Amino acid sequence: MLLSIRNLSKSFPGTLALDDVDFELRAGEVHALLGENGAGKSTLIKCLTGAYRRDSGEIRLEGNPISPASTSEAQELGIGTVYQEVNLLPNLTVAQNLTFGREPRRFGLVDGRAQRKMAQEMLSGYNLDIDVGRDLGAYSVAIQQIVAIARAVALSGKVLILDEPTASLDAAEVRMLFDVVRDLRDQGLGIVFVSHFLDQVFEICDRLTVLRNGRKITTEVVADLDRLTLIEHMLGRELEEATEHEAAQKDPHSRSRPELLRFEGIGRDGVVEPFDMTVHKGEVIGLAGLLGSGRTESAELMFGVRASQGGRTRDADGPVAHGNPREAIQSGFGFAPEDRKTDGIVADLSVRENIILALQAHRGWTRPIPRSEQNRLADEYIAKLDIRTSDAEKAIGDLSGGNQQKVVLARWLAMNPRFLILDEPTRGIDVGAHAEILRLIHEMTGQGMAVLVISSEFDELIAVADRVIVLRDRRHTGELSGSDVTSDAIVREIARDDADPRTQRGAA
Amino acid sequence: MKRSFRRVLPQLLTLAALMALVTLFFPQFLSIDYAGGRLSGPVIDVLKRGAPVALLAVGMTLVIATRGIDLSVGTIMAISGAVAAWALSSGWGAGPAVILAVGAGLVCGLWNGCLVAIVGIQPIVATLILMTSGRGIAQLITEGRILTFDAGPFAWLGSGILLGLPVPVFIWVLTAVGVAALMRRTALGLLVESIGINRSASALAGVNATVLLIAVYMASGLCAALAGIIATADIRGADANNAGLWLELDAILAVVIGGTSLLGGRFSVAASVLGAMIIQTIDTGILLAGFPSEYNLVIKAGLVLMILLIQSPNLVGHWHFLRHSLRRDPDASPRGAKS
Amino acid sequence: MKTTLLTTAAVMGLAAAASAQTVGFSQIGSESGWRAAETTLTRQQAEERGIDLRFSDAQQRQENQIAAIRSFVAQGVDAILLAPVVATGWDSVLEEAQEAEIPVVLLDRQVDSSEDLYLTAVGSDLVHEGEVAGQWLADTVGDQECRIVELQGTTGSSPAIDRATGFRNAIEGMDNLEIVRSQTGDFTRTGGKEVMESFLQAESGNEICALYAHNDDMALGAIQAITEAGMDPGEDILIVSIDAVPDIFQAMANGDANATVELTPNMAGPAFDALEAYWSDGTEPEKFIQTESTLYTQDDDPMAEYEARKDLGY
Repeated sequence: MLLSIRNLSKSFPGTLALDDVDFELRAGEVHALLGENGAGKSTLIKCLTGAYRRDSGEIRLEGNPISPASTSEAQELGIGTVYQEVNLLPNLTVAQNLTFGREPRRFGLVDGRAQRKMAQEMLSGYNLDIDVGRDLGAYSVAIQQIVAIARAVALSGKVLILDEPTASLDAAEVRMLFDVVRDLRDQGLGIVFVSHFLDQVFEICDRLTVLRNGRKITTEVVADLDRLTLIEHMLGRELEEATEHEAAQKDPHSRSRPELLRFEGIGRDGVVEPFDMTVHKGEVIGLAGLLGSGRTESAELMFGVRASQGGRTRDADGPVAHGNPREAIQSGFGFAPEDRKTDGIVADLSVRENIILALQAHRGWTRPIPRSEQNRLADEYIAKLDIRTSDAEKAIGDLSGGNQQKVVLARWLAMNPRFLILDEPTRGIDVGAHAEILRLIHEMTGQGMAVLVISSEFDELIAVADRVIVLRDRRHTGELSGSDVTSDAIVREIARDDADPRTQRGAA
Repeated sequence: MKRSFRRVLPQLLTLAALMALVTLFFPQFLSIDYAGGRLSGPVIDVLKRGAPVALLAVGMTLVIATRGIDLSVGTIMAISGAVAAWALSSGWGAGPAVILAVGAGLVCGLWNGCLVAIVGIQPIVATLILMTSGRGIAQLITEGRILTFDAGPFAWLGSGILLGLPVPVFIWVLTAVGVAALMRRTALGLLVESIGINRSASALAGVNATVLLIAVYMASGLCAALAGIIATADIRGADANNAGLWLELDAILAVVIGGTSLLGGRFSVAASVLGAMIIQTIDTGILLAGFPSEYNLVIKAGLVLMILLIQSPNLVGHWHFLRHSLRRDPDASPRGAKS
Repeated sequence: MKTTLLTTAAVMGLAAAASAQTVGFSQIGSESGWRAAETTLTRQQAEERGIDLRFSDAQQRQENQIAAIRSFVAQGVDAILLAPVVATGWDSVLEEAQEAEIPVVLLDRQVDSSEDLYLTAVGSDLVHEGEVAGQWLADTVGDQECRIVELQGTTGSSPAIDRATGFRNAIEGMDNLEIVRSQTGDFTRTGGKEVMESFLQAESGNEICALYAHNDDMALGAIQAITEAGMDPGEDILIVSIDAVPDIFQAMANGDANATVELTPNMAGPAFDALEAYWSDGTEPEKFIQTESTLYTQDDDPMAEYEARKDLGY
């Protein structure tokens, strides 16, 4: 056994984060660590990497008891970690990042040539053709991720922990990363893989361990397990598999409903080519496309985060202004952005304050929402959206990702918008909250609200959207509706455009 | 109520401890006399002398809550004082002089606010521009000399007595109470905190961050103008070179002692003015204790360092840890029969 | 005056006998009222003597002063007045002036270059100023017990150190005089007022007999503090300070201040005197010309002194 953990416990004031947890990792396996947010995955990892001191229990690496007091000590022992947010320095070169802290020296100075050679050797097994002399920040997140892995493997070389490595990668990049992971596994490393993407777990992992509420639930061989059982383990209750829940209530005639908004010629040079979009009452529109295809940018143009060059927007009563977010909100729009942490939540404010923020800004500072009304709104949405928080006064930054997302949704629902844009509403949140958010989207549209959902998970779009608009290379290129909305069709739509000569630069 | 009291409790305790310390060196520190219709005593001096820094701290708190900083407040004091003295010496009355001085402060704040919110310059750089160039403006107004004026209603603002207390005390207390009420009775406080914590998320939620930022810098300019009026009225003269010199640093220190994070967000005006009183108690205490002046800054720095260390959350954590392990020790020993 | 000049010219046998002498003046800047008054008085003195003054404001920068001096040399002026912003770095430019045979007179501040490089330096003696103030107080109180409080200048600055030293020299050995409190008021009115308030609290007012302030501005602030504490400055507490700015004369006229020692901004008068002597017969002056530290009291018609000074730009 490469790494074995016995009876590990760790508590924080008020909570028992890990309760008597066992975990085993063999050499040459990829072992998934799964659980809802708050299950104890990150606490377990932090105890392993020395960021936390465990309260009790035992960790053995190759049979020897260890208790790392810092990440660097864990690294020296052989445990390396790569996080979702790459913790390297983007303004240093790839070579500098790879050799940081152990630069080859000559006469006391860093020997640049030897440094680059060393870096190239470190990267040699990874099928990467990059210039190690360039700044790391010049490369995509996937390449940065692999550089981080290369560094961790070179420094540690026994156990590699990958914490949500694929969260911001597109499909091709995930494939590239998985090739690297398989290679390392075959070289005999033990790899711990933490992810929310169950598909990926089934694709790459040999075994998995499920944690729930700080306890170990089970360790299973992936090949012997089906999705439904896994999700049951994670949620601890019987649940239909949320993401494959076919949208029975999909309305093929959503476009025959009354028209709500008509966007015409909305676009901006270098951002998105001008597009038209008609939004009907009570429908869910999906935006599909690869990363960088202009999905988020389209949403930002509609919400006024970026100004549109030309174009106009109308509803039944005449022109609709959305030149900046405040105008858009006046016009009854709402927008839950992709990057929840930087653009969504106001971390130090309470759940209550985050819920009422948009409503308060809309009313103006001179008309404060009475405290009793604030409490009522907060309690109402905490109950309605099942936001898990000890009370409404807790800082939103202390909540799990899924609950933060629900608070952002509550903020907009409190405004009762007619058109709500949700950019990646389920990214980085656990399965349970995922299903609930999809359920909420259906509920909202039932009351006549139109919702635009942007997602890189096609399954999710299929589950919620009445029709799906496909983007490619900063253009709105196609649309699928009713029973045509399938994973295959979306992929084909993207691929079709790819081969279509009209999209080659000739037209532009 | 209870919640806001708990917020300022550390500052109140610090102030009490500091007053006890000063009393050790100067036993009459807490004595207050009443003679000729006015209260007098070291504590009254602290309340009065602390007025400029307390006023600056009120404005600075709001600016810092938006994750900014205003280095120009000391200079704005000099400008508004110069404007007031110029108005008085050109024969205008006290009323117009106050209005002009306040107007000058607001214009300075508007300038800072536009640089920060519209042009997008970092606050520390944007306000540094006025900090360095503003004294020149003040000197142009006073023509490089100390512009004096006769005692009158304007001088009353600096050294007058109302209900037995110096007038500046009323000015800073009313300003602090007024600003705190404006922040907490309206939604301003929440909106200011929200743009300080996350400007981009707030803007997406429809908060008008640009206008709010400008308003906050103008509020800071207004508070600085009031401080400048008090300083000018106090010595019956506008000293463009020295009025408010380095007071911006004391104001920032007051906010920090008041526990508002320099990273923006949650703020407390009450805690900041208590911070200003803590600084003034140190200053006055040093003067009263009669140490040679070479020690002034060393003593002040030492005390401030101690206060900040005691208030630091990190140290509080260590303290809990220490206490915890001390308490656990007797239990671990064979004689520990307590539990 | 004109006669003198003509005589001078005749003695020197110059062709351009009728034309006025030209003097370049490189001033530091206008950072204080005193400096502004120095500029005004230099211009006045030059005008009275029929000297053509070329003025250059360096705005606190040595490179501006060096450039100004080079330009004066190029213009072929007859002498250069220099109020140096710093003490070091003057050697080469002073050598250039010397090669052009243009005498340089330093005003108010010293440089660390060799004495051969300039004609003379005009300045005041800060220690002496303190001595004059201390002497006045000793003479005034006679044998009475006197507890003195002292408002010092900015801690560590040379005027603060020298004026403190001079005052202590003057009262040394007099057992009835005692400095009971000493604290810095940073040369400002606000500082003077605040520190005086604390003195009054700490020494319970009526036990203080005299105040010695290192400059008039601090004394003026202290006067306000004393008045506001319900006492009579000038009567209950004797006040002596240094500088002789216009406002202190007004306070003396009102009976609020008792004495001040002048730091004269008229550095140009002695400088021009020395230059004229040098031009006429090549007389080398002493290397340091100390300006007078005149004592003014309430008996010296303070109102007239105020009127004479108020327009000098203080």
